[in-house]
Amino acid sequence: MNAREEILDRIRSALRDAPAVPDVPRDYRRSSTLGEEELIELLTDRLVDYKANVFIEEAAAVPQRLAVLLEGAGRYAIPHGLDQALFAEADARDGGSRRVTDAPGHRLSVEELDRVDAVVTGSAVAVAETGTIVLDASPDQGRRVISLVPDRHICIVRARDITAILPEALRRLDGTRPQTWISGPSATSDIELERVEGVHGPRTLDVVIVRG
Amino acid sequence: MSGTFLGMPSLPVFGIGNLHEHEPFPKAARRELGNTQLRANLGHATRTIRDKRLAVVSELPDWEELREAGRAIKESVMARLPELLEQFEANFTARGGTIHWARDAGEANAIVASLIREQGADEVVKVKSMATQEIGLNEYLEEQGIAAFETDLAELIVQLDHDKPSHILVPAIHKNRSQVRDIFLREMEGVDPELTNEPARLAAAARAHLRRKFLSAKVAVSGANFALADSGTLAVVESEGNGRMCLTLPETLITVMGVEKLLPAWEDLEVFMQLLPRSSTGERMNPYTSLWTGVTPDDGPQNVHLVLLDNGRSAALADEMGRSALHCIRCSACMNVCPVYERTGGHAYGSTYPGPIGAILSPLLTGITAEENNSLPYASSLCGACYDACPVKINIPDILVHLRGEDVDSKRGKRGKRGRERLPSQMDLGMKAASWALSSGKNLGLVEKALPLGRIAAGPDKKITKLPGIAAGWTQSRDIPAPPAQSFRQWWDKEHRAPAAPTDPTGTGDAGTGNAGTGSAGTEENP
Repeated sequence: MNAREEILDRIRSALRDAPAVPDVPRDYRRSSTLGEEELIELLTDRLVDYKANVFIEEAAAVPQRLAVLLEGAGRYAIPHGLDQALFAEADARDGGSRRVTDAPGHRLSVEELDRVDAVVTGSAVAVAETGTIVLDASPDQGRRVISLVPDRHICIVRARDITAILPEALRRLDGTRPQTWISGPSATSDIELERVEGVHGPRTLDVVIVRG
Repeated sequence: MSGTFLGMPSLPVFGIGNLHEHEPFPKAARRELGNTQLRANLGHATRTIRDKRLAVVSELPDWEELREAGRAIKESVMARLPELLEQFEANFTARGGTIHWARDAGEANAIVASLIREQGADEVVKVKSMATQEIGLNEYLEEQGIAAFETDLAELIVQLDHDKPSHILVPAIHKNRSQVRDIFLREMEGVDPELTNEPARLAAAARAHLRRKFLSAKVAVSGANFALADSGTLAVVESEGNGRMCLTLPETLITVMGVEKLLPAWEDLEVFMQLLPRSSTGERMNPYTSLWTGVTPDDGPQNVHLVLLDNGRSAALADEMGRSALHCIRCSACMNVCPVYERTGGHAYGSTYPGPIGAILSPLLTGITAEENNSLPYASSLCGACYDACPVKINIPDILVHLRGEDVDSKRGKRGKRGRERLPSQMDLGMKAASWALSSGKNLGLVEKALPLGRIAAGPDKKITKLPGIAAGWTQSRDIPAPPAQSFRQWWDKEHRAPAAPTDPTGTGDAGTGNAGTGSAGTEENP
């Protein structure tokens, strides 16, 4: 008998008392009623608690905000699906010379990503209660690697993508897409439980929440 | 239907690997208790995480509803395990992943090593994983000439110091910052000799040390926190980003996971991703969670493997009283609330799985008679704090008591020397005597006639300080008060069955404060 058959056989044998399959009581909260302002406020509170930097902007002010955030950076990466118009202000200052784009057929290597100072991505959905932003590798978020290797991640969250609680967020996601759930910059508490922000993942997380 | 077993029932096949207590727990505990640094660090750590956990758990109005859903989901997974495993396998395979089945630790190790060799690699980066620690993968790979680099900061500290983890969540909790600096200075190539003991500087040193490894690694090895049967999706929960590095950068990803980690469906994740971070690190959410489903073209590893591990899980599942130990999601909440663990630390349990959950999981996986694992179910005062803290409501105290019973049963009538007739043990004889004495009031009355003998044994200070035979264990740390001159039953007979009216006017007053309340332990004189 091969290992697969043998293990399945052992498990069936272990279950020969035919234990009942219980109904799962889903009496926990599965929806909520918070309005947009409350959601923004709650998400901001959580992200700040994780030591992320949060900027709340009207849509029209986002290019200006990105230009300011990118001021100190050298080269920065973006995924090909991110709206180029977001960088109009930044381009006005440097002509777009610092920007590199990860696109199908023109992939940035790990070494190239290691040499950029920042990455700007969109996001799929956010959970206010836990301060979580989910990336699902859509074209405006890019491959998982691009938001991982650069030391600074600037992440754009649309207010309409903010949910209050996790069950609401999961209903908006396709589980089979590669996902990264991000709740603050990378962190460790492994030495005497003292929290240190910034280990292997991006050490700085800037979140731009876009109203409307 | 795949869930129905029609074949011959097979005997449980137990697990092997790093699952054993090598000396009786009381002996190991005594040694560990002498380590004052360990006790100070552990006391601080368990207290801190306990407080954080309580704070974030009390934020959720539906915590108990989430626990109840978690319990029911896990119970349903166990009942449907064969069917869910087949469903998971079909989905994972359809998305380009490859599944391997491993009956035990040895088979799992061999599969992983051969997958690494297929890639022509002689080193791998690793994400912290209980399963690979259970099977002793690092040690095996080292024997095979493959270097495995732990990338979680605490695991890195432990590995560099050639030590063992002492806590499943914060494995290096037994070391303080100066010890960590010393280990880095001694073992880390190219480390800044001016390194201070600030945690931020130490974390930065680990980042620099591992960065080149991450960026050049061809193969990564991981565990998994959850696997979703309805989509074939795997999930890893972490904090530092070392998990993302391992799961994203190398071309080949090999995951080792126990068969019990399955969840039926995507929506079940909404329960467990609320339960796990709050129970584990006391955070609303851990910094990073990665989900992948087989291979995604152009994104992440293109050569994706999963080793499904039994190693005693089917044996644990066969134990109807103990099978819910497999519901464990490795959060470590039970350890942080355990008065025994808080003082002895993880090393005292020998196994990869320490604390209350380890005290039941290790003997369930290996069988109660393996090495000294029968001493683990006694490593508890049965206070029940672990049950209250468990996010999936595993009734650890009940299973501890059940396993103590298994231990006693396993020893019954087995003390005889080889070749001779089996001799009943002292415990067997004692139990037989008790069973006779307690079977009728008449028998008990006869035994009670011997009470005055106990008073003689106790002597003038009215204390018995040393009992003979196996009862000596009881008096090692306690005295037994002298038995009363008469038993409650004898007193009752005198007071209530005497045909004549009471003649002693003080008799009723004494009866109210007599031995009835304190039972046979009472030492006051009756009239």
